[in-house]
Parts: sequence; C-alpha cells; structure tokens
Amino acid sequence: MCLAVPGKVIEIHGDDPLLRSARVSFAGVIKEVSLTCAPEAKPGDYVLVHVGVAISVVDEKEAEETMSYLRQMGELDGLEIPDSGAP
Amino acid sequence: MKYVDEYRDAALVHTLAASIARITTRPWTIMEICGGQTHAIVKFGLDELLPENITLVHGPGCPVCVTSAELIDQAVELAIDHGAILCSFGDMLRVPGNTIDLLTAKARGGDVRIVYSPLDAVAIARENPTKQVVFFAVGFETTAPANGMAVLQAEHTGVVNFSILTSHVLVPPAMRAILGAADNRVQGFLAAGHVCTIMGTAEYGPIAREYDAPIIITGFEPVDILEGIHLCVKQLEEGRAEVKNAYARAVRDEGNLHARRIVEQVFEITDRDWRGIGVIPESGLSVRKTYAAYDANLRFLLKPVSNTGASECISGEIMRGVKKPHDCPAFGKRCQPEHPLGAPMVSSEGACAAYFRYRGGADR
Repeated sequence: MCLAVPGKVIEIHGDDPLLRSARVSFAGVIKEVSLTCAPEAKPGDYVLVHVGVAISVVDEKEAEETMSYLRQMGELDGLEIPDSGAP
Repeated sequence: MKYVDEYRDAALVHTLAASIARITTRPWTIMEICGGQTHAIVKFGLDELLPENITLVHGPGCPVCVTSAELIDQAVELAIDHGAILCSFGDMLRVPGNTIDLLTAKARGGDVRIVYSPLDAVAIARENPTKQVVFFAVGFETTAPANGMAVLQAEHTGVVNFSILTSHVLVPPAMRAILGAADNRVQGFLAAGHVCTIMGTAEYGPIAREYDAPIIITGFEPVDILEGIHLCVKQLEEGRAEVKNAYARAVRDEGNLHARRIVEQVFEITDRDWRGIGVIPESGLSVRKTYAAYDANLRFLLKPVSNTGASECISGEIMRGVKKPHDCPAFGKRCQPEHPLGAPMVSSEGACAAYFRYRGGADR
C-alpha cells in the first residue's frame, strides 16, 4: 500500500497547484501523475509516485553518495569495515 | 529501471549480508514496520541471507490488514443499502468483514470499483453526477496526502457527490504500542521509508530514546533493507539507540511540507481500532469538521457496527511480532488467499500472504 515507484518526468501541465500534473515514464509505461505535493519537479527529474501522486523528487546526490559508500564497502569486503557513519 | 535495478545488485546484497554476519555477536530481533518491506524480505529471501541469530519479525504496516471489520461492514452498507459507487484499492475487496466482503457485495449487485488512485474516484464522481461516489480511504501517512487531495480537488472543482470512508492509521503510535507491550520482543526497527518521505524523521527520536531501540529509516529494495538491518545491528551491538536515515534519496528530515499541509488541512488525529490489535489512542486520522461534507460517515449516517471479535485469526500477534505466520494452526490449511480467515492472508502486503506465496504455503 505504501508502494511508491520511481519514474521520470516527461512533461508538465497545468498551473493550478491542486490540479498540476505530469506525464511520468516508468521504464516506458507512461502515467499521468499529480505534482501537487512535488511542485519543484522538472522534466528529467525522477519522482517517487504513490497512488497517482508524486510524493518526492528523488535526490540524485544523496542516491549517488549512498551508492558510492556501499560500493566502497564492497571493495573493502574482507578487510575491516571502517566506521564511516551512515549515509 | 533507475533507482530500482542498482538496489537489487546481487554483489552488493552479498557484501551487506557478509557485513551483517561479521558484526553480529548476539541474538537480535528486528521488526520491519512496512508490509512492502515484508514482501521484499520474503520474496528475495533476505532473511535467509542473515546470520541465524538475527530474527526479523513483521510489523503492522499493512493498512488493509489493520482496517477493522466494522469499517468493511460500513463499506458494504454503502454499496448495498445506499446504492453508492464504492471505490477501493483492489487489496481490500477480499478482506472479510463481520458479514461479507466487498467482492461478495459486488456479486450481489453493489457497484464496487477498483481504482488505482483516490483521484480516479473523484473523476468517477464527476462522470456520474447523479450517483454518490465514496472512496474507501485506507492507508498510513504515505497515502493520507493523496486522500486529502481527493477531498480538496472535489471541493475545488465543485464535485459534490464525492466523499471518503476513512480508515487512516499512523505508524508512531503503533510502534509505541508494540514496544510497550509486556510480551514485546522487538529490539530495533526498520521504519517505513515512504511514511517518512511524507512525515519526516522527527517523531522517531523520542521513541528510540524512551524504549532504547534503534530506528533505521529504510527503503524497499533488497540493498536498502539490508543496509537498514546492517545499521540497526551495528547500533544494537554497540548499545546505541538512535534514529538513522538509510533512505536519504527519498526522505528529508522535515518530510514533504506540501503533503503535510494537505494532511493537516483535511484530517485530524483520532483514536483508531486496529484489526487484531485493538484500539490505540491517537493512532488514526479522521476528516476535520470543516470538510464534514466529504465524510461518508456523516453524509450517510452509517450504522455503528458492533465487533463480534470471534476469530481464529492470530493477525494481532503476528503484526506485533510475537508470532510468525507458520505459528498459526490455520495457516495454509483453513486460511488461504482464496478463503482467508484474516486480512494478512489477502493483502499483497500481508505477512501471511507473503509466506504463503514465497515459502510454500502449508508445505512448511
């Protein structure tokens, strides 16, 4: 029920904050999604979509940091794991 | 798919599992709150990658599972007695009420429709101006903004034949109820990532401190979940109990302020009866008086229905982490997805449905 799926914003329409929406591509499947809760989303951004509503713009920088921390952990596998603080 | 595939990377999954094994010296019991996480854990066999002394128990984060039978009775009443078009998420249709489920109500002529979004129900109301349209608004904090938005859109666009039957529940009061129970065995939590996307992280600090339990805000893909477990075990081993955000690509500390504003505008906090668990004070949302016109309970003066309470289903113990689905004598025998005794066997997020589907049902 709390499932939210990331999709890429293709185009945005409407000015009314309550009715503003976007065409969002989920690996090629296009759906119309409300942008009322994510008005900052721009074409090209990835948004997390839950029951037809974008609830967040995916933070690319945070995602990259987490991934690089995890990959680093993989490279160090077998060595002592440093206390890098969590992402 | 970006932000999905890389979080299912097998090498990363095994690295994380190895790290967890390396730091684990004692037995720990960790609960994932969200049913979506439960399904990922069982589907990908993540629990089987963990050292034997880590036990994952499955939380109450399945809104369909905790919606009371009385509310299902009211939804049936709306469809049958009031002739309303009753719109619902698909998971809800097979969940038994005290009398019948919504699928049976549909078979008996009720206009019960499955929708993907509450906003679709507003569109149905717009297309059917002579009918009353009710959306069965179940969900946690994640879904509350969408349901609130449906009310605001209906008001904004003059759709007067739309209302919602609300069964909204909140995560933090349930965590307190679980940790405060005499038979509690949960020592750390994976908090539900998308609930925190909306509400932020501030509510969890006091819980972590009060109950001395680490709380890791966790996503839904295998790498996310194992990273959540890794950070939780690390804190347990070191005797710490802090809130840590392991889902920073989707969760800011303050949550989503646009979404929170909508929830605050349309809903207020109320006591809520959780199916199988009982009433938890201030653990739900109901429609504010200012939006009473969109509250199906007031619009139709629905009957208060008495709880028969008699059920063989042990969902309450499962959702508090006291028991696992296989501990139930009815599991896979008298209780199966096609003829469930309780909601966790029906919902795509229910723990029993996950075990039935991925762990061989009655065979194990």
